[in-house]
Amino acid sequence: MITYIIRRVLLMIPTLLVISLLVFIIIELPPGDYIESYIAQLEAQGEQANPELLNFLRQQYGLEKPAYERYFGWVTGMVQGDFGFSFEYRMPVSEVIGDRLLLTILISIATIMFTWIIAFPIALYSATHQYSWGDYGLTLLGLLGLATPNFLLALIMLYFANVVFGTSIGGLMDPEYLDMPWSVDKAVSVLEHLWVPVVVIGTAGTAGMIRRLRANLLDELGKHYVTAARAKGLPGYKVLIKYPLRVAINFMVGDIGHLLPSVISGAELVAIVLSLPTTGPILISALQSQDMYLAGSFLMFLSMLTVVGVLISDIALTFLDPRIRLDQGAER
Amino acid sequence: MTTPNSPDVSLRHFVSTEPFDPKAVTKIAPELERYFLASQWKLMWWKLKWHRLAVFSGLFLLVLYGTTLFSEFLAPYDNHTRDIGHIYAPPQSVHLFHDGEFIGPFVYGIDYKLNMVNLKREYTDNPNKIQRIRFFCQGDEYDFWGITTGRLHLICPAEGGTLFLLGTDRLGRDMLSRIIYGSRISLTIGLVGITLSFFLGMIVGGIAGYFGGLIDIIIQRIIEIMQSFPQIPLWMALSAIMPLTWSPLVIYLAITIILAMLEWTSLARAVRSKLFSLREEEFCTAAKLMGAKPSRIIGRHLLPGFMSYLIASATLSIPTMILGETALSFLGIGLRAPITSWGVLLNEAQNINIVVLYPWLMLPVVPVILTILAFSLFGDGLRDAADPYK
Repeated sequence: MITYIIRRVLLMIPTLLVISLLVFIIIELPPGDYIESYIAQLEAQGEQANPELLNFLRQQYGLEKPAYERYFGWVTGMVQGDFGFSFEYRMPVSEVIGDRLLLTILISIATIMFTWIIAFPIALYSATHQYSWGDYGLTLLGLLGLATPNFLLALIMLYFANVVFGTSIGGLMDPEYLDMPWSVDKAVSVLEHLWVPVVVIGTAGTAGMIRRLRANLLDELGKHYVTAARAKGLPGYKVLIKYPLRVAINFMVGDIGHLLPSVISGAELVAIVLSLPTTGPILISALQSQDMYLAGSFLMFLSMLTVVGVLISDIALTFLDPRIRLDQGAER
Repeated sequence: MTTPNSPDVSLRHFVSTEPFDPKAVTKIAPELERYFLASQWKLMWWKLKWHRLAVFSGLFLLVLYGTTLFSEFLAPYDNHTRDIGHIYAPPQSVHLFHDGEFIGPFVYGIDYKLNMVNLKREYTDNPNKIQRIRFFCQGDEYDFWGITTGRLHLICPAEGGTLFLLGTDRLGRDMLSRIIYGSRISLTIGLVGITLSFFLGMIVGGIAGYFGGLIDIIIQRIIEIMQSFPQIPLWMALSAIMPLTWSPLVIYLAITIILAMLEWTSLARAVRSKLFSLREEEFCTAAKLMGAKPSRIIGRHLLPGFMSYLIASATLSIPTMILGETALSFLGIGLRAPITSWGVLLNEAQNINIVVLYPWLMLPVVPVILTILAFSLFGDGLRDAADPYK
């Protein structure tokens, strides 16, 4: 058991290294660097760039060093908790992204919870009432949820909230809390605003989850042990709770690996539409202004979230499912 | 005493008088025979036909793709025609009767007034201006696929009138026409992208599945890493590095490549696992024993076995691509202004204050959702039909 966990954690390291290399290549690809786009920006405003300042900046951030040196600098810095310096915000990257990353994680977890809470009963109903009107109706609803891109859903919800209720549902907290330190009131305000992005991001994932869970449950329900249990006179709901449901729970935990990348992707887009103070809006501006360390750290963190999420779901599965535990996780 | 009518006689052994033919085969009903003799693809077609919703969605998609060939003819206006007098005009509704009198399809002309208090553009229907819609008429001139120029449109506004069925945008361009033109880019980008990732997935998955061993392990790890990237941020990063100076065509190609970059992984996985399981089948061993070369085994025996799966799963990933393009263009880092796609049109709806004033700017959402829905339903039907022997 413990060896399995240790092995999984060790396996994560090369994965993260490859990811960091890919991320670095992506942020290095555009021609020019931040200083150049900064000069362009200054000139567009009719100002003259001070060459001495620019040279100083270049040296300060090591932009003249060869790429591989900068890569190693970046990676070793990250291991030590130093994520580089954001050119645009003129402060360390960790300070820029700290709060925002926390909110992104919060939204992701809340969305997965929401997905589970909604998908579970619906899939259960659909599977036990296969080919009934309810099943068809719910399947169609799920398909509609799958077909509506979540950033468009966010737009539609913003519109109706504005027209019907006359309020703005954008943002993640009341405006007066924006720059305040964390307090109970602020947390309450965040919770009040959280449901909109959670519902919006959750719809597509919920629909997919319902379909997979339903198919999984149907497979289980058709198996002989269910028939045997029923033939011995166990009432229908008890059969359901005792056996297939437990398998389904394993499935839901294992499905995090599927769910997490799409939830994070969705969260980025929805955040831009709803202007949430999460990573989305900053990531896009950082990408556009070639604020490379900021953009790179964001990409790195977002992929790390997925990798760590999958790791947690794998470890949770080994606790839940003795088959994996006994196999030492040879086959996942 | 024995009589000829003893019970034994009534149970006498029955012997058929028909001549015995040892080579005769059991006759089966002609319908069943037709079923047994049908090819794999025919069986799939029969199975797909049962799935009404899938067939309907398929037809809908066919029509949709058909319209992209004749966008110029179908759209009432040209893609870039600007009516400066009607900026942000609301949709005009089609009427048939005026004062209880049948006139045929027409719209009321619209009067424009600038509200000097809040500087809002106000358009009102003018019941005195009855503008009958013309059909098969001469309108804006267009260049038809570089072959000919034409002026024929399916519908046009009345002479000197307007026909903005879905309203106009910031520059006074007709939304309906722009949605029709936009479908060209939005619909094809998914097809081009999926073709790219289809080949990439087949090649990489084929290599992994055929060679196995170390190569397989390496490819599996790469795929795992690619899949742990959150899609949208990676797409955002890749499209943000496209220089602004690229021409629209190059940007279009670059976007399809970016979209295909992540999508091939799931196809490669499907190819690999199918190759692995089919390699162990008896027919494959038989072919090997008869001396067939690997290329023949793969091309002749293995590939047809899972082609249908691949097509089904490719169909199911087209929506992701269409959505990807829409999302990127919506954010302003995908396709850009001179190109018209649904995402580019939705870019105008990014600001919620504008959308509240001019809600018809959100209308391109409708074709996006319908297309995605149709592709999902059609792909589901294909997937169910992909294995007709089940």
